[in-house]
Amino acid sequence: MLTWNELLPLVPETFLLGATLLLLIVDLFVSQQRRGLTHFLAIVILVLTAILTARPHPEAQQAFGGMFIRDGFADLLKLGILVTAIAVFVYAKPYLKPRGLFQGEFYVLCLTGVLGMMLMVSAGNLIMIYLGLALLALSSYALVALNRDSPQSSESAMKYFVLGALASGMLLYGMSMLYGATGTLDLSRIHGAAEIARHDQRMLLLFGLVFVVVGLAFKFGAAPFHMWLPDVYQGSPTAVTLFIASAPKIAAFGMAWRLLEGGLASLASDWQGMLAVLALLSLAIGNLVAIAQTNLKRMLAYSTISHVGFLLLGLLAGTKEGYAAAMFYALTYAITTAAAFGMIVLLSRADFEAEEIDDFKGLNQRNGWYAGMMLMVMASLAGVPIWVGFIAKLAVLQAAVPEFLWLAIAGGVFAVIGSFYYLRVIKVMYFDPPASPDPLVVPADVPFRFVLSANSLLLLGLGIASGPLWAWCLAVVPS
Amino acid sequence: MTTELALFYAFAAVTVGAALGVITVKNTVHAALLLVLTFFSCACLWLLLRAEFLAIVLVLVYVGAVMVLFLFVVMMLDIKTDSLREGFARYLPVAAVVAGIMLAQMLALIGWNAMLQVPAPESDGATLAGVGNTEWLGRALFTDYILPFEVAAVILTVAIVAAIALTLRRRPGVRHQDPSRQVLVRKEDRLRVVKVATEGKEAGK
Repeated sequence: MLTWNELLPLVPETFLLGATLLLLIVDLFVSQQRRGLTHFLAIVILVLTAILTARPHPEAQQAFGGMFIRDGFADLLKLGILVTAIAVFVYAKPYLKPRGLFQGEFYVLCLTGVLGMMLMVSAGNLIMIYLGLALLALSSYALVALNRDSPQSSESAMKYFVLGALASGMLLYGMSMLYGATGTLDLSRIHGAAEIARHDQRMLLLFGLVFVVVGLAFKFGAAPFHMWLPDVYQGSPTAVTLFIASAPKIAAFGMAWRLLEGGLASLASDWQGMLAVLALLSLAIGNLVAIAQTNLKRMLAYSTISHVGFLLLGLLAGTKEGYAAAMFYALTYAITTAAAFGMIVLLSRADFEAEEIDDFKGLNQRNGWYAGMMLMVMASLAGVPIWVGFIAKLAVLQAAVPEFLWLAIAGGVFAVIGSFYYLRVIKVMYFDPPASPDPLVVPADVPFRFVLSANSLLLLGLGIASGPLWAWCLAVVPS
Repeated sequence: MTTELALFYAFAAVTVGAALGVITVKNTVHAALLLVLTFFSCACLWLLLRAEFLAIVLVLVYVGAVMVLFLFVVMMLDIKTDSLREGFARYLPVAAVVAGIMLAQMLALIGWNAMLQVPAPESDGATLAGVGNTEWLGRALFTDYILPFEVAAVILTVAIVAAIALTLRRRPGVRHQDPSRQVLVRKEDRLRVVKVATEGKEAGK
């Protein structure tokens, strides 16, 4: 029989679900002029969920017979997801408003996506992992297609949907093999069964593992399963790209950790090799192809692929420090990329998408402050020392050195190659003459300006004082 | 060979044959009807496994509801299939080779013997508990699996929200009726009384 105590770990998720459904109804009675209320309520919901998530609890708790796990690991990732989602909502408003996309559906679908992510990082069972992923994916497909009048948006939604369904199919097929080999869907019991597996069972487990890793790589956007990423990033409205590029990376990391470390740790020597190949290809393809891009959204998509490569470096180390480093990377990457797309929103106007790198020409002369903020974002993405991106890259490379020295060296080389295209954006902003000498028209939205500046400065602040967050990551990863 | 095994092979052959037909026939209505046959023989296979609830749900939901809607759509939209299957013959050899290699790899990895030796479960959970398949499934769904069940419900809600958000919109240039404005119409908007001088009066002058 269910008791109230058993439901306690689920309080943040239950609240988020209830509040989202309430918002869906409230939004019906709000006129288009007062849609700001929906925006405000959605942010309040996320803040309250974050407060509920952060409430202290002594040790790891389980609910529904291990289906749902609430531990420090899940809590930190959830806080990262929620904070990123709040930033996404603030940045999205000035973009959505002039394009007629400022609707309640955007907020409701984003909130259900957040719910899916929270379930993913807390899952203790293959079914829960899949359902969380399906909830996130379904919300994302709809969000990408939200701008119905843009053929580009519909096309990228179609690509995203077909490839996403294929990836889910791969993942499910792998999961069915894991179930066939161990006879259970519970991750901790799979862990136990895998340790004592006979030879033929082990072959079946490996067979399933291959498909699970392929499914994960699709969801991460790791090469050679990255084809969808640039098209989807470029085709969707910037506000939606903002959402699907940031928080889901944190959730994908949580899902990968639960599956690989939580369920299949005894096959670590096998998945380490697979991840090493994925990491190397992602680093190479991401960094090299990004150099050739002229569209900033496409460039950031390839940059995502290369960052996924770095994240995998930490994950494949298979040590406590490695997992903590990958976690640190995922969290800081999410807030950095949110700021990067926030800058694109900043330069966009009702009839103009500031997607091209050329649109940033001479930004320093048009508005010195925001050119400085963009400098922060690019420097952090490139991994210039004293910015947080440097600390994160250093941590994952350090974790990979003992066992995968060659991969760590390759990572270092590609980090240097990759810094070229970030520095090019900075060069364009500071040394190229602007296309029009008029000062930049900054959106009048005060919270937008404040949060964007604070977010960019945070990248510097976290780089100088990375200790607390790093210690937190290290503390929540079980050894 | 027992009757059960013979039935299994018969239904399995029909399933595979009909599924092949779905992707090869030219007529879309025939394809949809063959899909119905595929589902139906699948349901028969499940019945052989004593999963009667799943079998009946498959027939009720997929054959009864989904496929009927599908047929409506297929009949209403005049889909030109020739352009869709343009590359079919061209890509077929490559696809067949890739699929063949993958099958061989899978068999090599798992082993042919392991596949033949898979023991058929003598008794499933329902028989062990001494209850019917439906009752056992219902109990499992609402006790152990209540959380996934609820999350699946949330996914369906999102699907509804997404479907409405993507389809309900005002297209410019489309003629449509607005019932509330039709109802609110006043007599003055439609009826104009015009004074017309009559013939008779003029004649009287």
